[in-house]
Amino acid sequence: MTPLLQVRDIAKFYGGRIGCTDVSFDLYPGEVLGIVGESGSGKSTLLNCLAGHLPPDQGEVLFDTRADGPRDTVTMSEPERRMLGRTDWAFVHQHARDGLRMGVSAGGNVGERLMAVGACHYGDIREQALDWLDRVEISGDRIDDRPSAFSGGMQQRLQIARNLVTGPRLVFMDEPTGGLDVSVQARLLDLLRGLVRDMGLSAIIVTHDLAVVRLLADRLMVMKSGHVVEQGLTDQVLDDPQHGYTQLLVSSVLQV
Amino acid sequence: MIEIRDLEKSFILHNQGAAVIPVMAGAHLDVAAGECVGLTGVSGAGKSTLMRMIYGNYLANGGSIKVGEVDVARAEPREILTLRREVLGYVSQFLRVVPRVPTLTVVAEPLLALGTPVAEAEARAKELLSQLNIPERLWSLSPTTFSGGEQQRVNIARGFAHRYPALLLDEPTASLDAKNREVVLSLIEDAKAGGAAIIGIFHDEAARDRVCDRVVDVTGFTPVRAA
Repeated sequence: MTPLLQVRDIAKFYGGRIGCTDVSFDLYPGEVLGIVGESGSGKSTLLNCLAGHLPPDQGEVLFDTRADGPRDTVTMSEPERRMLGRTDWAFVHQHARDGLRMGVSAGGNVGERLMAVGACHYGDIREQALDWLDRVEISGDRIDDRPSAFSGGMQQRLQIARNLVTGPRLVFMDEPTGGLDVSVQARLLDLLRGLVRDMGLSAIIVTHDLAVVRLLADRLMVMKSGHVVEQGLTDQVLDDPQHGYTQLLVSSVLQV
Repeated sequence: MIEIRDLEKSFILHNQGAAVIPVMAGAHLDVAAGECVGLTGVSGAGKSTLMRMIYGNYLANGGSIKVGEVDVARAEPREILTLRREVLGYVSQFLRVVPRVPTLTVVAEPLLALGTPVAEAEARAKELLSQLNIPERLWSLSPTTFSGGEQQRVNIARGFAHRYPALLLDEPTASLDAKNREVVLSLIEDAKAGGAAIIGIFHDEAARDRVCDRVVDVTGFTPVRAA
């Protein structure tokens, strides 16, 4: 099986400081990779380099495209990368307002992604938008409301609907449950798990919440000061951490 | 089905003066299809550690753990995930689930992960939940609010939903009443008859004598510690 994403020796520097360096891994179809580490450990920098939001200073990000097989997205042309961003890739931001158009209705937010890939029949677009609002548990009678009238949890679910409507194969998520209260978090986790299973999605999730990765991620990467200090099966890394930093991280979680 | 050779394990506590705690050396174990082996030894002897290593939850430092064709001690995460989905089941003592997911879905999940149609997976889940005497009115609720014994039974139902060729059971009859204990023992016997290779920890001696073909004392795998 060809990996969906092959990351080779990615590095990003901010002047003399390390953003992230020496990062290599393969992600296979249907796999969910969690990236954890404290603030400033380089996990968001890495995610942005992988998703094409930041140009890495070194390395390759090979994505298995539908048409031409594995291609390096770092050296691909800007229009091609944007096309990927609209079709096979999705990016769920920590703050829903960064991933939504706040002045456009909920239905419009979902429909816009469809129009970007060529859908033009209003009835079909509205029907698909309704279907997706239902899947993320947003009532259909809110379709014409703007996201600014939604709660934080609803905005996050709308952002997920907007991202997944085009049937992407790879989803990047930056703290998708951050800033949400725990009951909403649980609902979102359940939703994401179901979507990953039913659509065969691969995902890369950046978070500092170890409980979230335990439930969502198959594999885990632990970052510290821009370096990957440990990686492996999620439950193995959390239950039998090998690196001193991971041991500290796991033992620092407060028990409820 | 399960072949363990020269297995070694020690824990290194980097934040506690890099203390090294050797917990296992030279472990050897074979379990054939249709056989059930009980692990014995005093508390702390390494029974659970051995089970967790077979499941890939703890990392082996040396030796090999072959489950079917896969050497868990050396396999890639991806291979272990496939093994856990298709071949190797594990009933732990604790239930760990996404909050708010209904019990029926929790039990059907291992089958859904294998691509079993929803109706078929839920039918099997219902059959197991009824067998284990979980009242039907609880099936649509999350097991996180259940009593200890009920959670234990949900965990067992989940562990037996897919007919795994290899199964690890960590005290499956603990905290169960006589009636449910009987159900669990018959589930284990059915799995054996179906050709599953089983490794179990049973503090319940009568249960152990009934389902285990032989017992292995893990104290023999404990490294000699310097005084």
